[in-house]
Amino acid sequence: MASVLVLVDHAEGSVKKVTLELLTAARSLGEPVAVVVGAPGAAGPLTDRLAEYGATAVVTAESEDVDKHLVTPAVAVLASLVGSESPAAVLIASSPEGKEVAARLAMRTRSGILTDAVGVDGDGTATQSIFGGAVVVKSRVRTGTPIITVRPNSVTAEPAPAQPETRTAEVTLDDAARKATVLERVVEAKGDRPALTDAAIVVSGGRGLGSGDNFTLVEALADSLGGAVGASRAATDAGWYPHQNQVGQTGVTVSPQLYLAVGISGAIQHRAGMQTSKTIIAVNKDPEAPIFELVDFGVVGDLFTVVPQLTEEIGKRKG
Amino acid sequence: MDIVVLVKQVPDTWAERRLQDSDKTLDRESVDAVMNEIDEYAVEEALRLKEAHGGEVTVLTMGPEKATETIRKALSMGADKALHVSDPALHGSCAVQTAETIAAALGTVPYDLVVLGSESTDARLSVMAAMLSEKLGVAQLSGARKVEVDGSTVTIERQTETGFDRVQGATPAVVSVVEKINEPRYPSFKGIMAAKKKPVTTVTIADLGIDPGSVGLANATSEVVEMTPRPPRQAGQIVKDEGDGGVKIAEFLAAQKLL
Ligand SMILES: Cc1cc2nc3c(=O)[nH]c(=O)nc-3n(C[C@H](O)[C@H](O)[C@H](O)COP(=O)(O)OP(=O)(O)OC[C@H]3O[C@@H](n4cnc5c(N)ncnc54)[C@H](O)[C@@H]3O)c2cc1C
Ligand SMILES: Nc1ncnc2c1ncn2[C@@H]1O[C@H](COP(=O)(O)O)[C@@H](O)[C@H]1O
Repeated sequence: MASVLVLVDHAEGSVKKVTLELLTAARSLGEPVAVVVGAPGAAGPLTDRLAEYGATAVVTAESEDVDKHLVTPAVAVLASLVGSESPAAVLIASSPEGKEVAARLAMRTRSGILTDAVGVDGDGTATQSIFGGAVVVKSRVRTGTPIITVRPNSVTAEPAPAQPETRTAEVTLDDAARKATVLERVVEAKGDRPALTDAAIVVSGGRGLGSGDNFTLVEALADSLGGAVGASRAATDAGWYPHQNQVGQTGVTVSPQLYLAVGISGAIQHRAGMQTSKTIIAVNKDPEAPIFELVDFGVVGDLFTVVPQLTEEIGKRKG
Repeated sequence: MDIVVLVKQVPDTWAERRLQDSDKTLDRESVDAVMNEIDEYAVEEALRLKEAHGGEVTVLTMGPEKATETIRKALSMGADKALHVSDPALHGSCAVQTAETIAAALGTVPYDLVVLGSESTDARLSVMAAMLSEKLGVAQLSGARKVEVDGSTVTIERQTETGFDRVQGATPAVVSVVEKINEPRYPSFKGIMAAKKKPVTTVTIADLGIDPGSVGLANATSEVVEMTPRPPRQAGQIVKDEGDGGVKIAEFLAAQKLL
């Protein structure tokens, strides 16, 4: 059976959940080969988890260069593996950096690329949701090796224990790959909350909050559910919440199990970033707000009473 | 500091966008078209860099004849001239073909920086900066919320989920920008009048030495095989808050095993 390369997304010694989802999706296409690109020592703590989710091989490519250069180390390793393995496909997480790895790999191997897939079929066809979720398309790669980026939370990760063989690969960077260098990585907002793009639960606030201070209501609700905090553009433009947390067409695209919109009207540009969420709930005082067209459950009411009550009730139920 | 700024004309996001039944490509005719919003920020950044460091700003677009409206807008904001790659053979080109064509066009204009937007609202690929850097073999400085130029050294703040990375490279480089970077100017009346006289060069793929057998829908590296309007979501349950709205949501969450 052909192999399927899965680029492992990892941070601080653990495998990100999206990688387990990719391994699960990869199994329907061929034999998942997990590719770890990282600083020396990065792969060791990840192997067990990759095995648990069905990696038949783990390829480790470690080098000091990996932290110094964005994107290009992963591209170099994957391009060489595409050459030697002729995989059925390459699966990468649909993060900004993941898409850039996919983009460069597509150019280097002259292959078709499909981004933001919400599903992948056994024949390599990818399902994508376009125009703010208004149209669902199935696409296929016609040239080279299918390079597919998959949105977090699109596939349910299922364990399938395997005994992977482990191999090493070189990180060989040419001059072009070294042209951009990372000088430093600055953490501005470090919290205990999960990252927005791969969080299973997202609670977002909009103009209805009325002020930045009132975002503590949204944060408290997110924390009670173990979720991430998002915001509409109206809220980020007003400076109520950091830009990084903007959900929508010009912000982050999320596709969580649960999306809770608080005081958000549901403009098309906002929907573009959250429409593929599995379950959508909204609290809005205007029964005509377009967000209600999307919801699985909606409450027409004042967020200042509904949200604190909900947070309290969740606290009670979770004991 | 000579800069090429890439702009794309896209259907207005407020309009209902659709794929044509005939060839499953974007219907660009029947809807209002505007400059891709983030590209306004790219034009603004190019103009600010020019104002600070001198040089010329050239607008580059690949798109049908109608895309001249978007070129004019960039020129009226203050760009100096434009290069328009327009050829019926390009219809339906995929991202790889688009990047190859734009890279070929960039081969005909001298530049220190290529500035572009981080994402187009129609394709939403966010791949162009990476693809062009790869093809041109130059530094990829993408996702910038701040750009600093010191001689031939370019340093950006690349927005990340938790903050930013400071990334540096030398010219020539490709820089893509996010909307946080600046506040685009509105074209002034004077700018609009001046734009009418600015040179716009239109080139075909033959002018760029591109093989017609490598571009367009028939040769695209990927294809849409099926399209369906979004399956209507099952009508949700909407309740009016009677003082127990929060509890009702918690009950719903529990019933869905989300609690
Ligand atoms: C090119 C372009 C790109 C864009 N990109 C994005 C994007 O990425 N993300 C994004 O979000 N937007 C984006 N927008 C903006 C978008 O069009 C909307 O303007 C924005 O989403 C509105 O934010 P909002 O829902 O918070 O505010 P509003 O539309 O003002 O809605 C506020 C809602 O809060 C409700 N409300 C007020 N008070 C209360 C209360 N006490 N209790 C309960 N409900 C209350 C109101 O009924 C209303 O429905 C973009 C726009 C353009 C043109
Ligand atoms: N056909 C095109 N002509 C000129 N610029 C383009 C074209 N397509 C994309 N771009 C540029 O690339 C950026 C990112 O687009 P994309 O990668 O398609 O999401 C856009 O903001 C534009 O600046």
